[in-house]
Amino acid sequence: MSEAGTIHAEEHHDYFGAKLGMWLFLLTEVLLFSGLFIAYSYMRARYPVDFHHAGGELNAVIGVANTFILLTSSLTMALAIVAIQRGERGRSLLCLGITMFLGLVFLVDKAIEWTAEFRHGNYPGAHHLAGQPPGEQVFFGLYFTMTGLHGVHVIGGLLVLAIMTVLVARGQIDRDRFILLENTGLYWHLVDVIWIFLLPLFYLAA
Amino acid sequence: MSAPLSIHPEHVASYLDDEGPRKGILGWITSTDHKRIGLLYLYSTVTFFAVGALIGVVMRLVQLAPFHHLVSAQTYNALFTFHGVLMIFLFVIPGLPPVFGNFMLPLMIGARDVAFPRLNLYSWYFFMAGAIIALLSLVTGGGPADTGWTFYVPFSLKTGTNVTMAVFGAFILGFSSMLTGINFITTIHRMRAPGMTWLRMPLFPWALYATGWIQVLATPILAITLVLVMLERIVGIGIFDPAKGGDPLLYQHLFWIYSHPAVYIMIIPAMGAITEILPTFARRTIFGYKAIAFSSMAIAAVGSLVWAHHMFTSGMSPFANMLFSLLTMVVAVPSAIKVFNWTATLYKGSINFQPPLLYALTFIFLFSIGGLTGVMQGALAVNVHVHDTYFIVGHFHYVMFGGTGFGFFAALLYWFPKMFGRMYSKRAAYIAWFPMFIGFNMLYFSMLVLGLQGMPRRYYNHLPMFDTGHLVATVGSWILVLGLIIFFANLVVAWIRGAKAGPNPWGGVTLEWTTASPPPVENFAVIPTITEAAYTFHPENGA
Repeated sequence: MSEAGTIHAEEHHDYFGAKLGMWLFLLTEVLLFSGLFIAYSYMRARYPVDFHHAGGELNAVIGVANTFILLTSSLTMALAIVAIQRGERGRSLLCLGITMFLGLVFLVDKAIEWTAEFRHGNYPGAHHLAGQPPGEQVFFGLYFTMTGLHGVHVIGGLLVLAIMTVLVARGQIDRDRFILLENTGLYWHLVDVIWIFLLPLFYLAA
Repeated sequence: MSAPLSIHPEHVASYLDDEGPRKGILGWITSTDHKRIGLLYLYSTVTFFAVGALIGVVMRLVQLAPFHHLVSAQTYNALFTFHGVLMIFLFVIPGLPPVFGNFMLPLMIGARDVAFPRLNLYSWYFFMAGAIIALLSLVTGGGPADTGWTFYVPFSLKTGTNVTMAVFGAFILGFSSMLTGINFITTIHRMRAPGMTWLRMPLFPWALYATGWIQVLATPILAITLVLVMLERIVGIGIFDPAKGGDPLLYQHLFWIYSHPAVYIMIIPAMGAITEILPTFARRTIFGYKAIAFSSMAIAAVGSLVWAHHMFTSGMSPFANMLFSLLTMVVAVPSAIKVFNWTATLYKGSINFQPPLLYALTFIFLFSIGGLTGVMQGALAVNVHVHDTYFIVGHFHYVMFGGTGFGFFAALLYWFPKMFGRMYSKRAAYIAWFPMFIGFNMLYFSMLVLGLQGMPRRYYNHLPMFDTGHLVATVGSWILVLGLIIFFANLVVAWIRGAKAGPNPWGGVTLEWTTASPPPVENFAVIPTITEAAYTFHPENGA
């Protein structure tokens, strides 16, 4: 890298500051979900049996498969960052592509699952669910809210990843300026971590 | 506090004149200059304050016998709801941090801007978008929300008014507040001038730092709670709905987990501004610098653990009630530490009496009444008696208007010459104070008394036994508004044709007074190096 470039980057970019800001933002995301985790814990303590029954109606196979898909996408995300730090743009783009593909597969799985629950009448407002015990109604209310909010975060992450891919392809993210990609990676890992909590709370509740 | 700087104001364009690449109004609403963004917030929040105050005056009129039928009961419900939403989300929360924090923080820590200037501008866009959505909620759907600003379930789920949109507006406003918090924390960590250690930093930045943490930690909980209310209304997820197995009390917990710390988002920056004003006009260093800095952090920490004192009558366990009562008493301690330190700062100072000091002293007086009535309500037995009465309304206005409001006015008088480079009429500022102070106390002290007598809040009408109290309060509201008009008219006149103020009209020693008034775009020609604690006066040099 050229010396002038380095000075320029130092003048206008505070690497540590950008990262601090991102961690603070991630903290707000954790707290956003924490409100729902509080609601979940309270309701589960209130209706332990209903939660047990309702959890059995979810498809644990798809849930576990989705966990592997997201974890793998976190790996390829990390590899994309390592690649750009080494200046290997092509490999970075490939890893980003795989990450986005896995994110899409996750969403497709999610759609299949939701469709099944809709078919069974296990959604808020459905006639079938209204006839179930109160704990099951709350369970599915929480299920759709929490996986839905998580899904929104996956979609947001995919949009950001698409922008990052363009920036890498254009060379605006390179071995000297990779903080944007690194922060995107942090966000993607957070989405992953939240899912790791959602899996046992819903799919393994039975 | 540091070596004199080589500033030549006459050679450098100020942030007001330098238009950058875009001209006119675009040069303002696309500028990432923290000073211009601060003024954008100033103009917008003061406008919302004026609207909110007007609604307040109308509500007071309704309580006066000849005007009982000025508005319908439903409209009255909408009025106090919108008054609360406006004042809290559009004036008191975004009052000091986005206005004076944006303008002064980089100047006071010797930086050229905040850490994320573009994010700062987007925060203002979020703010305006949230405000517009909240305003649209008045005229769309089922009409203005009638739930009170707390949006308590189950009523907020059942009412046909446009709660969904009002809640969505508050949700968007939350983003603005949260992003500002992230920005300020990062700025304070990363951008202090060389030599400015944490304990050499002025106390307004310390207050902004504590506030930033509350904004980051508490606002997301409000966001998710409001999302749940929207989902509950749109698809009926049932988490708050007892008919579907949900629990309304859960809503109250989640709401107050944010909304109690939020009152510290409102008051801590005002305390910080007062802490700047007192040493400047007492001509001596602040008493108990560390105690003030750390008490801000202590308020932020303990203040996050007291939320359920809003729910003593909601049906919690006696143990929870006692615990939250105890914690509420504890949070009064750091606030009292500040009051004692402010008073001690004045002791043996060489007082230079100026309008900002008068308003700052008024802040201490009114805030003390507000704080002490707050401790009263922390006691369980008293709380049951005064719950949902005018006592709460009076207490809240003493803290939020007497505290944050007067803190805002004091800060405005203190920093106005720095922000605009012009001085207002000090006489008019003093004249405005009399009606403001008298009207304020007539209005809100009457409410404290009415509350103890049993006048419930949010009632459209009242029993004849409360006539006198309501009469005094309503007349007080007119006097208060008269004072506010004089106060702001004075500033508008100064804004148009005030005398040039010079870089340091008050003889302040913090960094913002070392640069020109109004400051140049880059704030400082050379970033200063700090060698002394903040508030070090040098009487031998005439400083």
